[in-house]
Amino acid sequence: MSSSKAMTRWAAAGALALSGMMASGAALAEKVNDLPGGPAVNQLDLHPPVTQIASDVHSLHVWLMWVCTVIFILVFGVMFYAILKHRKSLGHKSAHFHESVGVEIAWTVVPFIIVVAMGFAATKTVVAQKDTSNADLTIKVTGYQWKWGYDYLKGEGEGIAFLSQLDPAQRALSNAGTPQGDNYLLKVDNPLVVPVGQKVRIITTAADVIHSWMVPAFALKQDAIPGFVRDTWFKAEQTGDFYGQCAELCGKEHAYMPIHVRVLSHTDYSAWVAAEKKKAAAAADDPTRTWTHDELMARGDKVYAANCAVCHRADGKGAGPIKPLDGAAVVLDADHTKQLAVLLHGQNNGAMPSWAALSDVELAAVATYTKNSWSNHSDQTVQPAEVTAARK
Amino acid sequence: MSAVLDHHGHPGAHGDHAHDDHHTPSGWRRWVFATNHKDIGTMYLLFAFTMLMVGGVLALCIRAELFQPGLQFFNPELFNQFTTMHGLIMVFGAIMPAFVGFANWMIPLQIGASDMAFARMNNFSFWLLIPAAVMLVASFFMPGGAPAAGWTLYAPLTLQMGPSMDAGIFAMHIMGASSIMGSINIIVTVLNMRAPGMTLMKMPLFSWTWLITAYLLIAVMPVLAGAITMTLTDRHFGTTFFNPAGGGDPIMYQHIFWFFGHPEVYIMILPAFGIVSAIIPAFARKRLFGYTSMVYATASIAILSFIVWAHHMYTTGMPVTGQLFFMYATMLIAVPTGVKIFNWVATMWRGSMTFETPMLWAVGFIFVFTMGGFTGLILSMAPVDQQLQDTYYVVAHFHYVLVAGSLFAMFAGYYYWAPKWMGVMYSETRGKIHFWWSLIAFNITFFPMHFLGLAGMPRRYADYPMQFADFNMWASVGGFAFGLAQVYFFFFVVLPAMRGEGVKAPQKPWEGAEGLEWEVPSPAPHHTFETPPKLDATATRVIG
Repeated sequence: MSSSKAMTRWAAAGALALSGMMASGAALAEKVNDLPGGPAVNQLDLHPPVTQIASDVHSLHVWLMWVCTVIFILVFGVMFYAILKHRKSLGHKSAHFHESVGVEIAWTVVPFIIVVAMGFAATKTVVAQKDTSNADLTIKVTGYQWKWGYDYLKGEGEGIAFLSQLDPAQRALSNAGTPQGDNYLLKVDNPLVVPVGQKVRIITTAADVIHSWMVPAFALKQDAIPGFVRDTWFKAEQTGDFYGQCAELCGKEHAYMPIHVRVLSHTDYSAWVAAEKKKAAAAADDPTRTWTHDELMARGDKVYAANCAVCHRADGKGAGPIKPLDGAAVVLDADHTKQLAVLLHGQNNGAMPSWAALSDVELAAVATYTKNSWSNHSDQTVQPAEVTAARK
Repeated sequence: MSAVLDHHGHPGAHGDHAHDDHHTPSGWRRWVFATNHKDIGTMYLLFAFTMLMVGGVLALCIRAELFQPGLQFFNPELFNQFTTMHGLIMVFGAIMPAFVGFANWMIPLQIGASDMAFARMNNFSFWLLIPAAVMLVASFFMPGGAPAAGWTLYAPLTLQMGPSMDAGIFAMHIMGASSIMGSINIIVTVLNMRAPGMTLMKMPLFSWTWLITAYLLIAVMPVLAGAITMTLTDRHFGTTFFNPAGGGDPIMYQHIFWFFGHPEVYIMILPAFGIVSAIIPAFARKRLFGYTSMVYATASIAILSFIVWAHHMYTTGMPVTGQLFFMYATMLIAVPTGVKIFNWVATMWRGSMTFETPMLWAVGFIFVFTMGGFTGLILSMAPVDQQLQDTYYVVAHFHYVLVAGSLFAMFAGYYYWAPKWMGVMYSETRGKIHFWWSLIAFNITFFPMHFLGLAGMPRRYADYPMQFADFNMWASVGGFAFGLAQVYFFFFVVLPAMRGEGVKAPQKPWEGAEGLEWEVPSPAPHHTFETPPKLDATATRVIG
């Protein structure tokens, strides 16, 4: 068949191309090292446990692997023995047995006992995982498309609140197809900071769609669900930096909302809290004063780069279903409330999310910025006071 | 497939064709107006293979993007569309219709029936699939692209999707209607049309597993239809079933979806158990060990499948009692599944085995599917699952049971029964090349994913930290090799058989095979068992 010869040639060409790709891939992967607290290169097992729950999970997993290995050897030992010995080619004649109630009962009861043992072994850990009482520190984690918000609700550091998102430089590297760095896609601007050896209760929720807050080294994963609060907890037993990523599909930037938890000693943590408080006091934007156009433009540039550029692009042109801002009527409209309504309440079922979580100054700045960037030259200035009014 | 036609009108083994005035329409009418179970079965199988290729190309797009860290080919939005559509197409377009194709071909032959009970409904349930599939695939070209919310279509992400989401929902409604009609047909055929003497407990296991599967389908397809209809009304008619902004509950969607979704995974594996239960005894030349317990185990799995759904939701934050209940119930499923594996091994024990291609696939199925079973056992344990949920470990697990499970069993079934369908033997060498190539490529693709999952790489990621690069590279290489193996299968095994090339198949090509399908000539005449056959005591032979 001539078509089969042609197919063979294609197959050979394909195999060659694949091996070429493999070689280039291997060359690229050499440049990376293990990330302590994050993934190791070609890691084969769970992360080294940093919490009691994580070590319990680790032991359960090891124990299960042994159970599976023993069953594997028994079942496939018998099967491959039969495959090797009970062959027609060796002249083996088939036996005639085809049922045995005793055997059937045995291989129903024995696995049943094994799963009961498994159930017993896991129950204690399930109960422990769910025990969020008596926490030293309570932090609310809010999932946004596509970043995390952390609010310190109770305990030392109460009142501290910030957003945490992927380093835009790494996002750009991803787009360019030129990844680099041991913490590629794991570097955030503001890590979550917690004290070592303290029980931290995490309350999760979300603003738009379901996200999931995961830190493998803590054996911790809790969905963040809009409209609902859920809780979980951890008590880190060592200081260091620990990394995770969003684990529930949440839209196009799902792969770009990492989690970075920095565990500090108690004194370092107190120092961090003090510094944060001081910084917050100094940086408090005063939404009641009148800001100059240039101040708002400079601030708006930063706000835009951090929040808007990921969808609307740095050039304001959008992409695909994302609407352009450059030349958009709602942006250029002399009635500022129209744009502010979109910013505050979102649009298209949340495809444009609500940005009400940003401050009045930030929203005024970004509105001013979009009205006067690219080919937009409206010369309009949106004051924070207008945002304050629009929120009402 | 023309080979099937050529033999029409020649005297078959049974029935007097001289009085047969049902002349088969020729040309396109034969297929569009088809009411013959064999023709419809053929169309189902060809449709499913086409969708397997479409879904496979999407999988290879995913693997091409993940070959290296960084975005090389596709933006993340398109990547999400690929993962979503790969899942939907493989589940609803490839695996389910393929098993219905096997059912159409084999159930009437196995139980001595002349055709399916509702021949015209059978035609309708097949042809419904075509517009549904076209609509599903065409959603890529709609504004905003195809649905990108994952095959599970979790709310409220579905509320952000473009108009293609509605097309996808409509397509799934149609496919669901098709499945329900197919299931009614199978149930009525099995319960009403068995030849005299073919009691239920003498019925071949493939027909048994399909009977149970059909009940599962009727029970859960309407549940899926309900969930996606609520999604649709949330999107357009102002309801807020799943939209928290209006007091809805996104977790309720997950409960409803997985109440469908978990029985669905057994819908995709029980017929595979039936195929393997036919092949292992045939090539071990020894009766199936523990037939009765196999039937009971299948029924137990089906019943248990309704009370384990929330093990897909351990990380949503269920109360501790819910967590424990679903963990215990899930672990229990290991018992009847284990019984099946043990029975197959006991069937092989002290047999007189040969290893033609169908047997290779069946043994390969047992070996690789069991590995998927082990990872299932590990995932059943709620605390461990919290670590592994939504990582590549889960991706590895369900591909071990769906690819190495369902797909491998279907290949086994193809090599076992295709000589009966088309009247020619496949090439044993090519069959073996296909098997070993697929088995090795499959493991290169999916085995490294276990490690990625243990190390915490989340699924549905268009880009990943560089520490995960090597295993992803292997998975991509294996994926392309696996895809190529299936192209080889089509051009070197299926196509020659469809053209009638190859050694003519005897009526019963397998020495140890039992069952009524081997009592009719190869290829099976267009009409078989038009008058109910008289069966021997074991209901495996026709005696007049």
